[in-house]
Parts: sequence; C-alpha cells; structure tokens
Amino acid sequence: MAELTFREAVAAGIAQEMERDERVVFLGEDVAAAGGVFKTTVGLLERFGPKRVRDCPISEQAIVGAAMGAAMTGLRPIAEIMFSDFLAVCWDMVANEIAKTRYMTNGQIALPLVIRTANGAGSRFGAQHSQAVENWAMAVPGLKVVAPSSPADVKGLLAAAVRDPDPVIFFEQKSLYSMKGEVPDGEYVDELGKAKVLRRGKDCTIIALALMVHRALEAAEVLEKEHGISCTVVDVRSLVPLDTRTILSEVAKTGRLVTVEENPRLCGWGAEIASIVTEECFWDLDGPIVRITTPHVPLPSADQLEDNAIPSVARIVREIREKID
Amino acid sequence: MKGKKAAAGDDIGRETRLELYRLQVELRYCEKRAYDLFLQNLVKGTSHLSLGQEAIAAAFGVAMRPDDYTFCTYRGHAHTLARGASMAGVLGELMGRQCGLLGGKGGSMHLTDVAHGAMGSYAIVGAHLPVAAGAAWSAQYRGTEQVAVCFFGDGTANIGAFHEALNLAAVWKLPVIFVCENNLYMEYTPISAVTAVKHPAADRASAYGLESILVDGNDADEVYRVAVRTMSQARAGGGPALIEAKTYRHSGHSRADPAKYRPEGELDKWLERDPIKLYRERLVKLGLNEATLKDIEDQALRKVDEATAIAKASLPPSLDGIEKNVWADGGAAWRN
Repeated sequence: MAELTFREAVAAGIAQEMERDERVVFLGEDVAAAGGVFKTTVGLLERFGPKRVRDCPISEQAIVGAAMGAAMTGLRPIAEIMFSDFLAVCWDMVANEIAKTRYMTNGQIALPLVIRTANGAGSRFGAQHSQAVENWAMAVPGLKVVAPSSPADVKGLLAAAVRDPDPVIFFEQKSLYSMKGEVPDGEYVDELGKAKVLRRGKDCTIIALALMVHRALEAAEVLEKEHGISCTVVDVRSLVPLDTRTILSEVAKTGRLVTVEENPRLCGWGAEIASIVTEECFWDLDGPIVRITTPHVPLPSADQLEDNAIPSVARIVREIREKID
Repeated sequence: MKGKKAAAGDDIGRETRLELYRLQVELRYCEKRAYDLFLQNLVKGTSHLSLGQEAIAAAFGVAMRPDDYTFCTYRGHAHTLARGASMAGVLGELMGRQCGLLGGKGGSMHLTDVAHGAMGSYAIVGAHLPVAAGAAWSAQYRGTEQVAVCFFGDGTANIGAFHEALNLAAVWKLPVIFVCENNLYMEYTPISAVTAVKHPAADRASAYGLESILVDGNDADEVYRVAVRTMSQARAGGGPALIEAKTYRHSGHSRADPAKYRPEGELDKWLERDPIKLYRERLVKLGLNEATLKDIEDQALRKVDEATAIAKASLPPSLDGIEKNVWADGGAAWRN
C-alpha cells in the first residue's frame, strides 16, 4: 500500500494502463507539458512521450471526436475534458455520436474510450465551472458513468474504465483531488457496476456518490454519536451500470432510504434510485424516501453561498433527524 | 481496341475509366430505385438523395485503398456503396428490413459497413469531421499509411466542428482528406446567402495553412486526379487536404423537399452538366464503343433489380433487436 493523493491516483491509473497496453493514448487541453490544470497528469508526457500524451487546442468537439475516431479504429483513448461543464460544448459528440454509434450500427462499431473530467463544486468557480453533471450522462443510453470517491477507487475504476469495451464518462470531483488515501501497490483493477458499503447501521441507508460519500460518512458519525441514529452508507461509485442489488438489499435492511446528491434536484441520479426502490422494495420501506440534493439552481460562486447550496454535513444531519427520527 | 488506343498515354487509363463509369451508373440507378421505393411507400422515414453528385463518391471509391476509411453524412448512400457495401444491404436498411446493413437500427442516415471501410454516415452536420480526424490519428499512430476521407456538404463549412477538425488535422498533420461537396444549397437556403466567402471550403483552407483546392465535382476524372494526389501526399506524411468539389443535387434536400426555391432554369442548366452524361460522352469520344457502355448500364440495372428483390423479400427485423447492441456484451442492461 502506498499513500497517494486523489490526483496522483489519476496519473497512476493512466500510467498503469499505458504501460500495459500500447493502444492506450491520452489527449486533452494542457494535459501533457503542463501536467493538467489540476495537475492530475504530471509526468505522463515524460514517461510515455508526445506520441501518446497529446496536448490539444481548445476544441472539445475535436478532442472527443478524435477519441471516438481513434477508438473505432483500434486504439483505446483517454480524453480529458478540463471541466465537466465543458461537456456541453461537445455534447453532440458524447450524446449523439459516442453513445449511439454501437447501437445504430448494430454492433459494427466498438468505442472503447474514456472521457475523464473534473466535476462538481468546492472551488468557488461559479456556475460554469462547478456543476455536478453526472446526471446528464446517466440520462443517455449507451454511456457508462463512474464517479469514484477515494484515491484507491480512482486508480482501480479508471483502469477498469480503460479496459471496458464501451464508452465510459469518468467524473472526478475536483474538491477531492488533494485527498490522500491508501492505494494498493502493483497492478490494480476494480470492477464497474459495483457499489460499496462503507458503514453499516440499522436505522437508515444513505446512498451517496463522490464528494457526497465523505459528507454522508461524517454525518453518519454525528448522527450516531450525538443523536443515536445509526446509518448504513453506500458509495454508489458507478451510476451506469448501477448496482441495484446492493442498493435494494441495503435499503431493505434498514427500511429507510436517503440519497445525498450534489447534482441539482430535478432528475438527479437519486430520483432513479428512489423510483427503483419504490417499485421493487416498497413493502420493505418504513417511511418516505428522502432526497438531499443541491437546490434546482445554477451554482453560486461566493464561498458562503456555494457551501450552503451543495449538501453539507450539517444539512444531511438536520434532514435525517427531521425526516427519519 | 479503339478504346485502348484512345487511352494510351492517358493518366487515368481505360480500365479505371470504365470502373468510374460503372460505379457512377450503379450509384445513379440505386439512388433512383431508392426514390421509386419511397414512392411505393416501401422506404419509410427520410432519405437524402445524391442524384447529380455521384462523380465525387465514385471517384474516391475507385481511388481509395480497401483499408482506407470513409466517413460520410446523412446523404451517404452513394459513398457507402462506392466502398463496396452490399446494395441489398443499403436498400434493405432504407426499407427497415432484416437484410439491412444495420439490421434496421440505423436507417438511411446512418449507413455503415465497417468491413468495407465505410465507418459511418453521420446525421448531425459536421460531427464526423473530428471523428475522421481521429481515425486518421489512429492510422498515423499505428503507422499503417491508411487515409480517412470525410465527405460533407457546403453547409458544414459554417459549423464549429468543421473548424476544430481542420485545425487539429493540420496541427497534427493527419492523413485525412476533407471533401466538401458544394451543391449550392445548405438545405433550402443558397449557401452564398449565409457564407462570408465565395467558396465555403476552399476559401477557408488558408486559415489552416492548407492549399485551396477547387475542383469540378461533376467531372469524375478531375475528382479522381485530386483524390489520388491528395491521398498519396497524406500517406507520405504530408498531412490533410481540404477539397471543394462544385456540384449540384438534382432533387430536393430530402424526400420532403420539392426544391421550389431554385431559380427557373437552374436545374436544366445543371442537367446539361450531369456527371454521368458528361462522362459517357467523354468515353465515346475516347473511342469506347456503344456496346461496352450499354453492357455496363444493363449490368448495373440488373444489379439494382436483384438487390431490390432481395430487400423486398427480407423480413422486418425481429423485435428482440430493440434491446440488443447498446453494449459490447450485445445487450442493453444498465443494472444488475
């Protein structure tokens, strides 16, 4: 085990796959010589050279389109979109081309590619550089959607995403980049579509993703110690494929479901989980499902506003006390 | 024998010319058949015909290497067929039949035949230019000397992806040939009314450090020559090319469009310059005998008839296809 930051784990995951497979190439804006604006790809250019690690112009459609063309002709590209908000600039490529091509061509074209992107709030960058947009990707058939919460998961899930034969959108919550954690040594590959139970309790099951996993864990600690409410915390990790088996079984055990979502309210990923739970384990529920989300607003920039817009530990504790107790 | 003599010393040669003629005639007959089938209500949805523009697809089809990549638009029947895709597969796809190239899941606007290098027809204007650049990047990376050829209309020269792809291809010196088929109308609106320069693609070439290439898109020989030249440069590492081929579509934008916006006499003028008519006249002038040409035409018609019969006899796709091939495992499951 080595202690790595979340950002170091990104580079470690990419390096592991580039080392293993010459078909893996990496492209994006400021990713090579500069090592990425979030310093997630430092050292890759030096290690793998400019043929495999490529700086691109500010041309998101060209970056993602080129990744698609390369993927359908034998390479396994990883493309970086600097901020997930910029996915909107190349959404045609992502949602119309990459997601649909295998289906439309009846399986003739395979697109083994990964789009990595810095997602979410915490940097006070305002509404165009801070959105949590994982639910955009989740709504499009043909995309796999992953959002890790720890350095170990970053490396393992990124490796799994690169090896996956389908397109994967890989969301890295930018507030987590400096987080440290143990990462297994040597080759490490995780599995897409597996949720992880991080804490077990008896009163309520909290389902969370990425940054919200840490807030949910902290809130669970407070709820247990100060209010005698014991919570299970499940890290979803992968929205598509979705590990409904783990979710349903953990909800059935406590009889209550709380989702903690950074995305804005309407059609957030928790709404789909709430719908599945309602349809499939309604009689195991002891009370209404609770969704804790960012309100349905564009994200504000001032620190006090941003901190109070996305779900905070205090808000998770308050809502669970009010609605579950 | 007369033909051989006429072709002696010519840069294209008799055999290639006959191939160019055969392919143009096949593309024409097949496209006309697609229209007939639409009138019989056997082709559902929309279809965008390239009647009048066949010389461009045919010339590249003949000039390309079997392992080269073609990327085309929703007006892509001809470009797909020109790579050797099955005609029954094309007509069957238009008719939504099992025998269709995509099993009925793509339709007229998405014809694809990877086995023949036809890497897809893209129905969002401009989307396939970056994708073609990516395929060319892959060829460059793998060192295969393959070329990607990307066909698009004049309207595409005004969308962002065009400029992003051209710039990236030029900066990375990618082996990709961008072919703008300027048929004078972006859809219903004359391209000149919405474009800042006279030649939507050729006049922009200098912005990417590329040669400005304007060619008569109704002359298969001219297109063939520029195809051979630019592709051989690209294979040798010389980077991309941007070609503007001037042409005209004989029908409307899509099947819903009677093309009433065209000034009187314009179509007649272009019918005089019909690429197949011009090419036939040239072949006769070069000494090819009438019987040879007639034979090519008869064979093409037979091929279209046979393909039509196969497509008509093919069943509609099985309904279990709806939830197949979203993922590489062949299924559509998004949960366990």
